[in-house]
Amino acid sequence: MRLELKGLTKRFGSFTADDDIDLVVEPGQIHAILGENGAGKSTLMNMLYGILQPTSGEILIDGEPVSFSGPGDAIAAGIGMVHQHFKLVGPFSVADNVQLGREHTRGAGVLSARAARQAVLDVSEQYGLRLDPDAICEDLPVGVQQRVEIVKALSGPETQLLILDEPTAVLTPAEIAELLQIMRNLAEAGTSILFISHKLKEVQAVADRVTVIRRGKVVAQLEPTASESEMASAMVGRAVSLRVDKTPAEPGEPRLEVKDLTVVSDAGVKVLDGLELTVRSGEIVGLAGVEGNGQTELARAILGLVKPDSGSIAVDGRDVHGRGPAKRIADGLGYIPEDRGRDGLVSEFSVAENLVLNQYRDEPFAKGGVVDAGAVRRRAVDSIAEFDIRTQSPEESASALSGGNQQKVIIAREFSRPRRFLVAAQPTRGVDVGASQFIHSRLVAERDTGTGILLISSELDEIYALADRIAVIYNGRIVGEVDPDTPREVIGRLMVGGSADAGPGPATDPDHPANDEHANGGDR
Amino acid sequence: MSDSTATTEAPAEPPAPDTEGDEAKPNFIRLFGRYLTEANSVMVTIYSLVLAFLIGAILLIVSDEYTRSTFSYFFARPQDAWYASRDLVAESYTALFEGAILNFNTLASYQAGDAEFGNLLRPISETLTYATPLIFTGLAVGLAFRAGLFNIGAQGQLIFGMMGALIVGFTLDLPIWLHLPLAIIAGGLAGGLLGAVPGVLKAATGAHEVISSIMLNNIAALFLVWALGTAFLHSETQSDLVSKPVEESAVLPTLLSSLNPSLRVNLALIIGFAAAVFTWWLLSKSTFGFRIRAVGFNEHAAATAGMRIGSTYTTTMAAAGAFAGLGGAALALGVANGGITTNTALDYGFSGITVALLGRANPGGIVASALLFGALKAGALSAQPDVPVDISTLLQATIVLFIAAPALVKAILHLRTPRGGLVTLEAKGW
Repeated sequence: MRLELKGLTKRFGSFTADDDIDLVVEPGQIHAILGENGAGKSTLMNMLYGILQPTSGEILIDGEPVSFSGPGDAIAAGIGMVHQHFKLVGPFSVADNVQLGREHTRGAGVLSARAARQAVLDVSEQYGLRLDPDAICEDLPVGVQQRVEIVKALSGPETQLLILDEPTAVLTPAEIAELLQIMRNLAEAGTSILFISHKLKEVQAVADRVTVIRRGKVVAQLEPTASESEMASAMVGRAVSLRVDKTPAEPGEPRLEVKDLTVVSDAGVKVLDGLELTVRSGEIVGLAGVEGNGQTELARAILGLVKPDSGSIAVDGRDVHGRGPAKRIADGLGYIPEDRGRDGLVSEFSVAENLVLNQYRDEPFAKGGVVDAGAVRRRAVDSIAEFDIRTQSPEESASALSGGNQQKVIIAREFSRPRRFLVAAQPTRGVDVGASQFIHSRLVAERDTGTGILLISSELDEIYALADRIAVIYNGRIVGEVDPDTPREVIGRLMVGGSADAGPGPATDPDHPANDEHANGGDR
Repeated sequence: MSDSTATTEAPAEPPAPDTEGDEAKPNFIRLFGRYLTEANSVMVTIYSLVLAFLIGAILLIVSDEYTRSTFSYFFARPQDAWYASRDLVAESYTALFEGAILNFNTLASYQAGDAEFGNLLRPISETLTYATPLIFTGLAVGLAFRAGLFNIGAQGQLIFGMMGALIVGFTLDLPIWLHLPLAIIAGGLAGGLLGAVPGVLKAATGAHEVISSIMLNNIAALFLVWALGTAFLHSETQSDLVSKPVEESAVLPTLLSSLNPSLRVNLALIIGFAAAVFTWWLLSKSTFGFRIRAVGFNEHAAATAGMRIGSTYTTTMAAAGAFAGLGGAALALGVANGGITTNTALDYGFSGITVALLGRANPGGIVASALLFGALKAGALSAQPDVPVDISTLLQATIVLFIAAPALVKAILHLRTPRGGLVTLEAKGW
């Protein structure tokens, strides 16, 4: 399918989300759309998929203008979409999820399980996407769930164009490599792909053509051979340095000592299993690992939200057993939660209130149980200036801020009070390039003042950029502590339970020997 | 309403027009016109009232036998049906108004010199009397709402408050300046104790506060039936299920009885206003209120910031229960100071839920909606049997239905969506 967009524009009131977008996707082409959060990528895709109607401009498929009044029209025209947040019914089987909305029946409303299974197997076979049609979706790993979404999108009547919206955001490095391979196979089979991302390495690795969008406008059409900094500059609109300048660490006394920490989940699973970890003052220890290997529980145990079943945690030389989160925070524990919207901010609260969320009872923000609104506001004005938080006013509600600015609110909150040790979990998740760069440099500056930092990140790039030492977590244990100049392959093997110097780890798929190479996401 | 428990904030001011420069300069009338045609929370509330009275009018017409009969020959003489309907609706709503605010007959006799000024105030006094317990129970539901809790238990808490105030009211013999405050505090404490139970259960075991507080309502109501039968509480002079009267020194002084002895409104009304002001201060100025709101909006972020969620639930529910308990004290020491019965509590606790919803869990809004519901109650009671007494309940229910479904109001009246979306109240966990 050849897709062409001519002057596509979408306005919401006075706000122009997409402005005069021109774009051509040739048959069998992988066309990447790069842009920061809020650049207008999602609006564009929603117009293509019939969820939104363009204000002006037209969409042409194989030269014919089309108009979609809903996703049903788009599907009928051969467009399939994989959303960033999966739309699967958890307790349903793979086959049932794939046939959702267009069920195979034997007439008279009786479902045909056999036809549904066969349909999944056919699509799996055709594109080389291995799937068990009888598996229950919620039991599957995220990468496989995504494969279900792709099969679902490809199962449309004549799907010839696939839209992938930030498909790698939730995947492990190995799953990313596999997805990129799947995309190549699909393109070879003649399917056109629109690939939305802000991860430059993946775009370089897979795209045939790159369109960069900024503030709703196409600002550049690039070849995938363009350098990372070229793409990043086009995205942000100014020159960006992707490197973080830092001097060698000067580690001092231990600020975090975790000994033999074991946490058993409600389901009876050992999510942390005798974990040992030390972080010293003036160093950043990067905790690398595939998500779901105990990082979340470790962070929550350090803060005191999860009670250890055995083992000990000492922060700044003091055993924190029996001290609640409020006391640990008062003792100088900083905490940047991995899920900003859930744990980091009260989105209905104002920016000012969020900036004192964990200090609202302390002087000078409160006296005798009464909040001093003036002091809260003064702090907000200072923080907004110091951390360059883009907000209309301190009274604006946090939900109105972009992801990057919300994260800056959290960073400002943690960095504006005395701290000895900081847990930074996924500090730049969903944050655009400009804000990431700012957050990274603040973390390094924080290290240089002598704070010990535990950086938990699922992005190896981030770990490499910041960490002075890398600990790899797997199944609730630290399976290796390595220097930051250790090659990616080695860390990748450790992350899936292999050893640092042996061959491929047990979880590496022998069918895809090329995985490790793709996991690097290009040359570094 | 800028900090109400709502999914989206209502714009505090009329929004600026979409386009600038090209069009005529926005003037006050244009902005006001836009505001009127927008489904913001203020206008939705107003339109809900209007729509509820329209629906009430239709039901009045349908339920009146004579008016219904005029419709049987509608096509022959439509004016009969029209006049009958118009008169019925006008008379019914006038009767409600006269019972709740101002009686025109009394006004005429007052002007003719046949009635005292005090007689003129009687409808208002009744409205305020019925509104008083509703202010307390509305605050009890509204405060819990702000912590993300749905306190269905105000009825039981009010009953406990009644009993607490009653017991202190008739057992002790003290001067009024000490006895009355003690009895009021006893009511608050008793309600607070019962209110804390769902909070403790939720904090300790995760039991949902809706389930436990509903059950506690039954427990409290049946406990009252049993307690009234015991020799300790039962009246020494009457044989039916009535309690002893409270001592003179524990009776809430009436505010206007010097004008006319039939004016029942008492000091509890002033305490209710004070409680509303205190709640506003608590929520917007105190660290405790900061914690309540943070937990109510996002308990995960609150916990991550070091706030103790369980103890916040418990203290908030205790405070909420104390408000309902004060409402109970207002009854036992006020209108029912001659002895409480199983009927004294009416449905004040349950109506508190609708009062809080209509007031959008804001203290000011709660006072306003308590006054409205008090007026409906007083009006309907005085207008019966000419007007069916159920009209008051029906209007209340219809108002709340529209408030709870702003999209419905928007669709019926073709209003515009305000910037930031429709405001819908949400209780968590449902």
